[in-house]
Amino acid sequence: MIVIIDYGSGNLGSVANSMVRIGLRYKISGNASVLKKARMLILPGVGAAKKGMSNLKARKLDQVIIEEIRIGKPFLGICLGMQLLFERSEEGNVECLGIFEGEVIKFKKERKIPQIGWNNVAKVQFHNFKIKKIFSDIPDNSYFYFVNSYYCLPKDKSIIAGISKYGERLVSVIVKDNIVATQFHPEKSGQAGMQFLKNWRNLC
Amino acid sequence: MLTKRIIPCLDMTEGKVVKGVRFIDFRDAGDPVVLAKRYDMEGADELVFLDITATVENRGILMSVVSNTAREVTIPFSVGGGIRTVEDMRMILKAGADKVSVNTGAFKNPELITRCAEEFGSQCVVLSCDAKKAENERWNVYIHGGRTDTGASVIEWVKRAAALGAGEILLTSIDSDGTKNGFDVELTRRITQAVNIPVIASGGAGSLQDFADILTIGGADAALAASLFHFNELTIKKVKNYLSNKNIRIRN
Repeated sequence: MIVIIDYGSGNLGSVANSMVRIGLRYKISGNASVLKKARMLILPGVGAAKKGMSNLKARKLDQVIIEEIRIGKPFLGICLGMQLLFERSEEGNVECLGIFEGEVIKFKKERKIPQIGWNNVAKVQFHNFKIKKIFSDIPDNSYFYFVNSYYCLPKDKSIIAGISKYGERLVSVIVKDNIVATQFHPEKSGQAGMQFLKNWRNLC
Repeated sequence: MLTKRIIPCLDMTEGKVVKGVRFIDFRDAGDPVVLAKRYDMEGADELVFLDITATVENRGILMSVVSNTAREVTIPFSVGGGIRTVEDMRMILKAGADKVSVNTGAFKNPELITRCAEEFGSQCVVLSCDAKKAENERWNVYIHGGRTDTGASVIEWVKRAAALGAGEILLTSIDSDGTKNGFDVELTRRITQAVNIPVIASGGAGSLQDFADILTIGGADAALAASLFHFNELTIKKVKNYLSNKNIRIRN
């Protein structure tokens, strides 16, 4: 069972619909004991980092997520759900979950912020087995749907699986052990997005 | 790099697509969900739904269209028409829309933009603005589905709306709408220069060249068309192939 984490900052319906489309059973929950029983977790997210973190903390889900990731549960973070995995976000200058070293910063080079629309994702580290799997049947530089003003700067470059460009280069996919995270919205990214979610399922 | 977007628009009343849909090629042309799914398959980058009657009685029908569309399509879509309150917006987002467009409601009560942006994030608040040329270098904002001239300047209004928290502008030229003589490039160019948020240009698409012009000279981030696609005069694929050959970055 997949649990889509409900913490008041997600487009839960869209993510749930995408699960149905790829034939997966899911539950939407913000309950710690349900999260612990899940086989796979998805942390969706739209909106601001500060609100997202305070929503997680108010529901006491921050520690649960950290612990479930630590014990190796398959985890997918989407958009804000990716950004919250880092130590700190410039958006509201808020401390985040700290699963990964590094911070989340604002776009500085493009005039139009947020980035809204379809951007291409270039795969990196082709030799990495998991990265190969997560991009299976997705041509390199396929387009995915993004809505973001901020992006992640991981300290550990080995977790980077996909790169995009919006004025500056941004990390659009990370893969590390049981964690996959995307800056784009796979649940809104047409066929490429569906394939990505299927690949994630197959990886788990 | 980010692509330009091609967006089909579905004008609806009582849960049916109305604007110029001929019942050809596919049986359920009037069914917005069927049409939405078709456009998704054909490579549309996003969809726009406008409930042009937007009466309270039709809200229920609209909600079921929204939730059925959300189940069927894999791309983002916005819904607009008669949005007056934060609760209106919440209901539409909850039904599965990704964005909500506000027009008359926001003009009459600009605070609505800020309240919606604070509640749901700017990324899902689209300011829909209907513009008509008043005199040289000036366009006025029209509300009530293009029936009422507010006398307000379009450039001033969209700048203000962006400052209030709108995440995108859906700019419709009343002068061009339905003419098929091309988008209003001049108006769009002024607006894209005035604000730092994406602008979707609407009204007047008639030829392949029109799409290229509005996305380059006009500086629009996205181009919207309705009847052109519904009538099969142009397909999304054809438009995208053309733009691609002109070295305009699109998703294909």
